[in-house]
Amino acid sequence: MITISNLFKSYGRQKILKGIDLDFNKRGCITAILGPNGSGKTTLIKSILGMVLPEKGKILVDGKSIKGQCAYRSQIDYLPQIAQFPGNLHVQELINMIKDLREGQTSEARLIELFDLQPFLNKKLRTLSGGTKQKVNLTLALMYDSPIVILDEPTSGLDPIALTRLKALIREEKERGKFILLTTHIMSFVEEIADEIVFLLDGNIYFRGSKKELKTQFQEEQLEKAIANILLGEKKKNNIKVPFKAINGKHIRRQKPALKI
Amino acid sequence: MIKILKYSIYDLMRSRWTYVYFAFFLLFTFSLLLLSSDLSRVIISMMNVVLILCPLIATMFGVMYFYNSREFTELLLAQPIKRISIFWGQYLGLASSLSISLLLGIGIPFTFYGLFYSAEILDFLILLINGVALTFIFSGLAFFIALKNENRIRGFGLAIIAWLFFAVIYDGIFLLLLMFFREYPLEQFSLFATLLNPIDLSRILLLLKLDISALMGFSGAVFRQFLGTTLGMLVAGFVLMFWIGLPLWGIRSTALRKDF
Amino acid sequence: MKNKMKWIIISWCHFFIFQVSLQAATLQVCSSCNFSTIEEALKAANDGDVIEIQEGTYFENALVVDKSVHIKGINWPIVDAQEKGEVFTIIASNVTLEGLQIQNIGVSYLKDHSAIRIKRQKNCIIRNNKLFNAFFGIYLERANNCQIYQNEITGAAIEESSSGNAIHAWHCKNLSVSENIVKGHRDGIYFEFVDSSHITKNRSKNNLRYGLHFMFSNDDQYDHNVFENNGAGVAVMFSKKIDMRFNTFQYNWGTASYGLLLKEIYDAKIENNHFSFNTIGINIEGSTRLTYHNNQFKRNGWAIKMAGGCLDNEFTKNNFLSNTLDLVVNSNVNNNSFDGNYWSEYSGYDLDKNGLGDVPHHPVKLFSFIIDRTPESIVLLRSFFIDLLNFAEKVSPVFTPAEVLDNQPLMKPITL
Repeated sequence: MITISNLFKSYGRQKILKGIDLDFNKRGCITAILGPNGSGKTTLIKSILGMVLPEKGKILVDGKSIKGQCAYRSQIDYLPQIAQFPGNLHVQELINMIKDLREGQTSEARLIELFDLQPFLNKKLRTLSGGTKQKVNLTLALMYDSPIVILDEPTSGLDPIALTRLKALIREEKERGKFILLTTHIMSFVEEIADEIVFLLDGNIYFRGSKKELKTQFQEEQLEKAIANILLGEKKKNNIKVPFKAINGKHIRRQKPALKI
Repeated sequence: MIKILKYSIYDLMRSRWTYVYFAFFLLFTFSLLLLSSDLSRVIISMMNVVLILCPLIATMFGVMYFYNSREFTELLLAQPIKRISIFWGQYLGLASSLSISLLLGIGIPFTFYGLFYSAEILDFLILLINGVALTFIFSGLAFFIALKNENRIRGFGLAIIAWLFFAVIYDGIFLLLLMFFREYPLEQFSLFATLLNPIDLSRILLLLKLDISALMGFSGAVFRQFLGTTLGMLVAGFVLMFWIGLPLWGIRSTALRKDF
Repeated sequence: MKNKMKWIIISWCHFFIFQVSLQAATLQVCSSCNFSTIEEALKAANDGDVIEIQEGTYFENALVVDKSVHIKGINWPIVDAQEKGEVFTIIASNVTLEGLQIQNIGVSYLKDHSAIRIKRQKNCIIRNNKLFNAFFGIYLERANNCQIYQNEITGAAIEESSSGNAIHAWHCKNLSVSENIVKGHRDGIYFEFVDSSHITKNRSKNNLRYGLHFMFSNDDQYDHNVFENNGAGVAVMFSKKIDMRFNTFQYNWGTASYGLLLKEIYDAKIENNHFSFNTIGINIEGSTRLTYHNNQFKRNGWAIKMAGGCLDNEFTKNNFLSNTLDLVVNSNVNNNSFDGNYWSEYSGYDLDKNGLGDVPHHPVKLFSFIIDRTPESIVLLRSFFIDLLNFAEKVSPVFTPAEVLDNQPLMKPITL
């Protein structure tokens, strides 16, 4: 379904992705992309959606390169990280608008009920709380029935009821044979829901495998600790180097050495 | 694109600021017409305001609108819609709702006073066309600046500087150059320098209507040929069109290469 | 009783016949008449005769009118000089010339050929003629008490050096020039050493130099004339006591284009005139003791441009409406008064409601000073930057004469 090969991306001097190779082809699978802040999770996701344009490398969706294309996005449901909408629109209007802009069957009624959005439908988006906005965000993302679902921090701001319902919903979608890619910082959520973990560290794939494999490899019972171990281990290995070296009295910036795994 | 345009107009039509802008022009035009019976005086006052305010509001609104709808733009970018049509739609939405505010704000008092049958109506129409053109040029410029700058403060700052440059600083430098090199033939230079600033260009288009008596007092042949014939009107109109296109080209090339 | 009546009637008839036979023979000119040319008729005519020229085209020139005749065209006969020179040279007094179309006089660089010339005579009347393509139209040379009215004089002047004036008067007195239409010449009406004369209700337009031109002429008045689209509307130079009233000066566009040019004149009155859409409304140089009342200046480039050496000029109750620049004064010494005018630019207030603004108006802008030094800067007219400069200068005058003020600016325009 999605093939990523040799993907490079940097913002200015900062290298974000350094040659990512990934292949997702299992239907009915939930993959969590993990990694510390700034490890390139969102950049990777946005590259798949064509929002970030890679410097090098290829991304194929359903076997076709996505470069300069837009139609393939109808195969993807995407939940952006921060939910911010035109403040003057009502919730219902926004939903109608997205429906107007994108063709396909929708099931927003079910999601509205699921997230108890009924009372907010005629409120202006500007007046909504963060959690409610996230619910609207989820509704917009999940109301289409696309084979690929990409969720960037789906749990942020959700109350426990909504969270429980979201988990159930994600599982249900998985049962229906969808491929679900998500990022999150909440390890319990990953523990509970993910089948496969991709761990990004400093622009490279540090680990890919099932939860179990991760735990055994790092000899931890809990996922959270395993992840913490990886990060702590890396910090020790990567001794803090002097970033400047004086040559002839001038300061010349030295490039940070690439991280070895 | 049409759908995006529709929704951004729809969104802006609900914005308080659109109405403030509209109400300002409405009150301003009404009070001018009430206070002064001399229509040419009214036109001159309106010209001063339109030439300064339209670019300022378009620039500020443009930057603000772009940054405010930034996340929404991302939502749209994830949809199966061509990237560039999202920006065209938003740009056109902004520019046309500002233009509608301008046209209605000035047009309603006109109709009320029955000015559409007066002799000066051509001058008023040229004023309106210039106002609309400046709105399109400067909202394009604002979009371009906002696209180029992730940092909102920086974006706002640059937009204000851009406006200040075209509205005031440019003319200051222009005048200094003219005075400094006044021993030299400056005729072509002064016409050329006028074409390079859309606000000056609009001003000249209006001057050709309002102050032709004074303009014809200048002795240069090129000047007289340019200003005294329809040639001047045509060239100025054409360059104004080009000015509308310039930021659009910038928006296009930036938007196609930008990461969100 | 009956006899008496009879006698009266007979004597009346006698008197009438006697009169006609003695003083007023009518000579007909046409191709089949006694006289087939005007020249023959003029030869045969006596003082007081009427020469009636019938419809037709007469190719004649150098006609000398040496008797006090009344030459009258019937149905606009055409007298065509075929570019050979002057047509009528009047060297007798009390001549009346009317109803003729005189054309194609021909340009001469040696002689001022004209369609009609009056030489050292008086009491002549030239009326209701049409002159086309005349070098000079009507030329009055030391002619007094003559009336020139309702003539239409249309020239085809291309450049000043090869064209003449429509009505040209030199060393004359008590002329009356009225209701003529003069266009396409060098000057519409030219007065040199002409005194105590009256010019009224003429229309002068599309002339290369001036619509009306006074040189060394005194005690004249012109009123209710329209001067339009001339090189300059009216030039009054080296003259005294000229009254200018109720005239309209408009669309005089160009580099040295004025509605009215005043140069070295004294004691003139300029009242109730309209100056609209001229590059310069009035250009004043070295003129003293002039009064300007109830004039309207509307949408001129410069309403008034005043050079040095102007003393005791008094401007009151004039309307200055939407001119690009109302006033330029290029002189440091200034005793001219500008009090009590209406300026549409005035932005003051009238708290005591006496109809006069409470703060003085400063009509000279900094920008006029800039344009004067750098003419190209006119392209910056009405720019925001210039407005800022003007404002700063208005608050504290540095470059413009601070004493040029209207201390009692009117809040409302004068109704004219």
